[in-house]
Amino acid sequence: MAALGVATGGGDWFSALALGVTLLKCLLIPTYHSTDFEVHRNWLAITHSLPISQWYYEATSEWTLDYPPFFAWFEYALSHVAKYFDQEMLNVRNLNYSSSRTLLFQRFSVIFTDTLFVYAVHECCKCIDGKKAGRELTEKPKFILSVLLLWNFGLLIVDHIHFQYNGFLSGLMLLSIARLFQKRHKEGAFLFAVLLHFKHIYLYVAPAYGVYLLRSYCFTANKPDGSIRWNSFSFLRLISLGLIVFLVSALSLGPFLALNQLPQVFSRLFPFKRGLCHAYWAPNFWALYSALDKVLSIIGLELKFLDPSKIPKASMTSGLVQQFQHTVLPSVTPLATLICTLIAILGPEAFSDV
Amino acid sequence: MFGDYEAQRHWQEITINLPIKQWYFNGSDNNLQYWGLDYPPLTAYHSLLCAYVAKFINPDWIALHTSRGYESQAHKLFMRATVLIADLLIYIPAVVLYCCCLKEISTKKKIANALCILLYPGLILIDYGHFQYNSVSLGFALWGVLGVSYDWDLLGSLAFCLAINYKQMELYHSLPFFCFLLGKCFKKGLKGKGFVLLIKLACTVVASFILCWLPFFTEREQTLQVLRRLFPVDRGLFEDKVANIWCTFSVFLKIRDILPHHIQIMISFCFTFLSLLPTCIKLTLHPSPKGFKFTLVSCALSFFLFSFQVHEKSILLVSLPVCLVLREIPFMSTWFLLVSTFSMLPLLLKDELLMPSVVTVMAFFIACATSFSIFEKTSEEELQLKSFSISVRKYFPCFTFFPRIIRHLFLISVMTMVLLTLMTVTLDPPQKLPDLFSVLVCFVSCLNFLFFLVYFNIIIMWDSKNGRNQKKIN
Repeated sequence: MAALGVATGGGDWFSALALGVTLLKCLLIPTYHSTDFEVHRNWLAITHSLPISQWYYEATSEWTLDYPPFFAWFEYALSHVAKYFDQEMLNVRNLNYSSSRTLLFQRFSVIFTDTLFVYAVHECCKCIDGKKAGRELTEKPKFILSVLLLWNFGLLIVDHIHFQYNGFLSGLMLLSIARLFQKRHKEGAFLFAVLLHFKHIYLYVAPAYGVYLLRSYCFTANKPDGSIRWNSFSFLRLISLGLIVFLVSALSLGPFLALNQLPQVFSRLFPFKRGLCHAYWAPNFWALYSALDKVLSIIGLELKFLDPSKIPKASMTSGLVQQFQHTVLPSVTPLATLICTLIAILGPEAFSDV
Repeated sequence: MFGDYEAQRHWQEITINLPIKQWYFNGSDNNLQYWGLDYPPLTAYHSLLCAYVAKFINPDWIALHTSRGYESQAHKLFMRATVLIADLLIYIPAVVLYCCCLKEISTKKKIANALCILLYPGLILIDYGHFQYNSVSLGFALWGVLGVSYDWDLLGSLAFCLAINYKQMELYHSLPFFCFLLGKCFKKGLKGKGFVLLIKLACTVVASFILCWLPFFTEREQTLQVLRRLFPVDRGLFEDKVANIWCTFSVFLKIRDILPHHIQIMISFCFTFLSLLPTCIKLTLHPSPKGFKFTLVSCALSFFLFSFQVHEKSILLVSLPVCLVLREIPFMSTWFLLVSTFSMLPLLLKDELLMPSVVTVMAFFIACATSFSIFEKTSEEELQLKSFSISVRKYFPCFTFFPRIIRHLFLISVMTMVLLTLMTVTLDPPQKLPDLFSVLVCFVSCLNFLFFLVYFNIIIMWDSKNGRNQKKIN
């Protein structure tokens, strides 16, 4: 009784926040789920029923495995718990199988793996210095950060309704950031390397990690005014970081290198055949570009500058995932997008102090 | 045969398509056997209002005869939205205002209090899971409590009359209102202001009743038929499994079959009134807002335990006043509210609400435990048992372990509830006793409720001048 009293009455707000949002996630179990539910069920089936050599070739379902190998191993581990809930979901031929037990298992797996996210938030809060804040709980930076992260509604909707595992992955990223703050650079690098092999979309932030680790870890000392001391560069540290990344990548891609399947894996991971914009447009520059192209083509048709017969039929707005050409503005190749991204990242850095 | 959801939809169909004179009567267009109207006129008017909105959106939902059993995603959204809107307009503002008006506590504690009251699982599960409009009648009753506690007597009684005219079960709360207002009139002096107040109150009550029942007062037969629908005395002492005395008693002795009908009514009447008489008399003699709230609890609980034709959902009528005293006795109130939700377990399981029940009960428990630190508030004084234990110690000088006994009882109660829940969910009942688990749930809940009845009666009767003097000294 005393322990329960201390736990609940002692003002342990972090546990109350974490427990509260977990209860909310339980209430979201019977809500709508998107095709991503079937995607993950299919991957459970693929990793459980088929040998490794088939994982990136299997295409019975349209939702083929397109995440890096660590995520496949993650699904494999989950599948061993799944078989106690409903054996049928692990059959590759059972497309769109969603019995109540399957739903329960999948939803609970997301809720359970969110534990890593909760732990990571806890670690991040430890890194914040809140001494200057007021005494009121709601004014403490730790409390505000916990609320913003644990009760993040975008994450709740995407993870627990639409169905994905972003909480678990964000947890890995937050943990690696927390480790960098705590000056445990090698752990942070290790965790980020692992994260990249879970979901390669985190390559978006890889340049930031790379530059930060280079500056803060490889250069061991600063000049008195805080700027870089070029001769304090430690090759040993650079090599240790490289070794960490190499070993993690070897663990992940090694088996597929041995099976000579690396090109197939990469084609699954980086599907450039899918086109510039996804079926649902992300609010980025290329959406504006495509929209501008569309507007210009309509104006061109109205003012008879363009020949209707020469306009390609494939429309960007049809909601289909396919390649197409722009009509008025120049078409965009993957290389062009990479160059634009690099300029956007490096541009400001070139002008700032190192 | 569907459930309350279809009943409410059917009432919208009836009220919009038939003239008022036919609403409560059996007829070719209105088959009373199929979810006939059995709530007072205000419910019917509310259904009519919802039906007008439904007609605007999709007339198929309320077409006479053809819309029976209608179920679609859009319709479900509409019906659930009507509950939410009623909640937002009536119940939630009342709770927020009640918490704002609490004295001598910080804003943060007021918000925590409001959160705990609004998180009460029983009301959420019944209104939004099972589908009912209890928040309307409970909200009106709460407005009544607010009005009467802060000396807006006429508005308070008007609000309470609206509550009674929405659901006749609110009559459980009527005696405390009556006694409190009567006590106020006595205090003001029956020869002067008191008498004026009494007349004004009587006029308000009569006027509000006439206003609600106006279409039904035109003919005597209309009024009688409505009353017959509201109070089905033919139905018997209890229906289904409910956590009151009669159902529990009938496990040992089948009184329903042994005693004739009118004797059953007499016995239930006697027991009910005997058990609530002491507290009501005390309230009339010493009217105070605090005494009023506690008397609401004990009266409603007496009615629930001993009255005629009680449904398990009627425990909500006891839960509302208990929510109001969360501030004063957090430990006992939280315990009671958990038991009240547990007592409805068979109904909730029938509606497949196991996951929401578990989640809301845990959320409520965590909210109360963190907001009020309930486990630290189990001393004699905090349980309001100080005066009582002083009296007990006159006869038994070494009796000092009330807090320990109560904590142990709480632990036993919670463990029994968890165990019964697990058993009901995982095991199958034996062939000879198919209702075993429901009866066990009712039995355990009834024992808990009896304990609470005794407890609340004690703290009302022993809340004498000693308590008030101590406060003045402090």
